[in-house]
Amino acid sequence: MQKHLFLGVEAIGQGAIDGGMSGVYAYPGTPSTEITEFIQDNPIAEERNIHRKWSANEKTALETALGMSYAGKRAMSCMKHVGLNVAADVFVNAAITGVNGGLIVTVADDPSMHSSQNEQDSRFYGKFAMIPILEPSSQQEAYDMARDGFTLSELTKVPVMLRITTRLAHSRSGVVRKEVLPENELTMPTDPRQFILLPAIARKRYKGLLSNQDLFQQLSQESVYNRYEEGTDKSLGIVACGIAYNYLIEHFPGGTCPYPVVKISQYPLPENLINRLDKECDELLILEEGAPLVEESLKGFFSKGTPIKGRLDGTLPRDGELNPDLIAKALGKEMFKGFEVPSIVANRPPALCVGCGHQDAYAAMNEALADYSKGRVFSDIGCYTLGALPPYETISSCVDMGASITMAKGAADAGLIPSIAMIGDSTFAHSGITGLLDAVNEKSNITVVISDNESVSMTGGQDSSAYGKIESICIGLGVDPAHIHTIVPLKKNHAEMVQLFRQEFAYDGVSVIIPRRECIQRASRRKRNSK
Amino acid sequence: MKADIILAGVGGQGILSIATALGEAALADNLLIKQAETHGMSQRGGAVYSHMRISDKPISSDLIPGGSADLILSVEPMESLRYLPYLSEQGYLVTNITPFVNIPNYPDIEMIIAEIRKFPRCVAIDADTIAKEVGSTRASNMVMLGAASPFIDIEFSKIEDGIRRIFARKGEDIVTMNLDALRRGRRFAEENR
Ligand SMILES: Cc1ncc(C[n+]2csc(CCOP(=O)(O)OP(=O)(O)O)c2C)c(N)n1
Ligand code: SF4
Repeated sequence: MQKHLFLGVEAIGQGAIDGGMSGVYAYPGTPSTEITEFIQDNPIAEERNIHRKWSANEKTALETALGMSYAGKRAMSCMKHVGLNVAADVFVNAAITGVNGGLIVTVADDPSMHSSQNEQDSRFYGKFAMIPILEPSSQQEAYDMARDGFTLSELTKVPVMLRITTRLAHSRSGVVRKEVLPENELTMPTDPRQFILLPAIARKRYKGLLSNQDLFQQLSQESVYNRYEEGTDKSLGIVACGIAYNYLIEHFPGGTCPYPVVKISQYPLPENLINRLDKECDELLILEEGAPLVEESLKGFFSKGTPIKGRLDGTLPRDGELNPDLIAKALGKEMFKGFEVPSIVANRPPALCVGCGHQDAYAAMNEALADYSKGRVFSDIGCYTLGALPPYETISSCVDMGASITMAKGAADAGLIPSIAMIGDSTFAHSGITGLLDAVNEKSNITVVISDNESVSMTGGQDSSAYGKIESICIGLGVDPAHIHTIVPLKKNHAEMVQLFRQEFAYDGVSVIIPRRECIQRASRRKRNSK
Repeated sequence: MKADIILAGVGGQGILSIATALGEAALADNLLIKQAETHGMSQRGGAVYSHMRISDKPISSDLIPGGSADLILSVEPMESLRYLPYLSEQGYLVTNITPFVNIPNYPDIEMIIAEIRKFPRCVAIDADTIAKEVGSTRASNMVMLGAASPFIDIEFSKIEDGIRRIFARKGEDIVTMNLDALRRGRRFAEENR
């Protein structure tokens, strides 16, 4: 059987295609981006004309996927963990409407915050919405879950969450593919009112969701992804979730783990396996990537019953990614610690590329702001966030997509004038537009700088959905065209740009300045590809 | 057979091309592979690494446990030192000595080289110069793979075949150049280990 050396994200892309998916809907976000990119480049996806264009944000993505499910076809929506915050409204409600065609919500968490603002654990959302969660421990499971998750969704009639973490997303291993399933036909929901969440209907559907929990429990107990592994030393029982299972087995290759282990890759937690472990073992150790979700639910408020070790009692760190070393330590295993890093080794943080247009924008902004007190530039998420670091140190915030504009407005409301927002073109399209409307409606005294590199660069240079539309969006929202300016951020335009910033910072009202020059990485990729 | 390798470098230096070549060779040898990569934020000129695990038995963890790597293979000298906590007691340190300076506080390169040479099992090689001699600095990663090859238990001819397959569509000249780079790197390591 031929094995493909797939990244976890690629395994999911291939699994979804092979599972008969008709559309992937996503907004880029590390570590989820390459799922959609894989599908975009895939020949079967092309031949079947599977929907695979980027959405404006995670909310529009998941809603569109739900629409495709309504029409009977199989759809997947992919996002990074914080993307699910943006899509949370539809996510929770979709559990109540349920699905028609199978719907998988793939969410990639980033413990240790390699490329994120936080390390929230999406399993809480899955539990909150009361839907089944799949958490692969290997690339093969990631493939299988993406492929067969649609059937699970159609069987349970709710969306299914596929939760991965950075390490699995960006690690490669052999995957065996299965037969490619046909796509679903267009079919309407059998109950025409299924998707109408008017209170009277919603109450009924919610009760349905509650009573379905028994089925979800039964499926977890029967799941091929969950199992009880025998062990002779009952002084300890181990619950290992998702990829944490691999870190455990690393220390006990070939079935040599002396302790009984419950491997978890499908939730709700299978009660039979957990109960058996609890009954047989003196103590339990919980290994889970992310927050102590399983640990908390087994521990209970009063910590009665079997002693439980994990992230809450200090056996494992409370935050950050797990690894084989942390698990060795939790098991009391002595290991050679390697060699120390010599003290002369310096940090090498990421930085803006030499020649990046954001640099010119920051240089001009700093000069124009020299006469004002510090702390007036609210920023957002993208390459330009690196303007927080030397040599620029221009910005004072980076919170969530779109918050630059609204925080600048709030600060201006409080009297910090001028307040400035620095936002990228894709972030503006994602979540900046509504905030700008608020500012226009109140004639807020803010300057919004939309640093337009015609690309979603932070995540690798995807197409930006606001491409070619930014001025018309601003005019449409009601920004005075006399206060919308475009400039090419280049050294030779520095003086002009400084002047423009000065002038608009002084203007009492909403102004928009658009420094526009294509991301140099994207430009060179484009040139390479056209060769 | 087992080879746990930390690949190290700076975002943009293309350390994954080494992993791809080695992966091809390992697959052809019917070996199993797991390989964790760095994507995202740190690619923008930051420190990047990859954990590459090759074995004839099933591999569990995607990450190499601390103190157990057989080899650190770095395309940049300072980066070779960053991952020392992963190196096993018998492990090898193979590194390029051309610094990639994109930070203002890059340490004195002589001190970096001195730290590298403290390791009895190290190969410090000027891969950029050798690559230039074979035709292009872009072949420097293949010089590095060559320099590491004596310490990886995969037949050298399989690694050569891997390179042939990867560069095949770029034409015979590119294949020859990269093979040349690989062999020069290997020769250097054998003479200077
Ligand atoms: C809700 C949410 N979705 C996705 C991301 C991931 N993300 C961070 S920055 C970014 C792209 C920003 O693009 P743009 O605003 O155009 O700035 P650029 O990186 O191109 O400078 C994305 C997709 C995130 N942090 N939060
Ligand atoms: S990738 Fe593009 S936007 Fe990001 S720092 Fe480099 S040039 Fe600037």
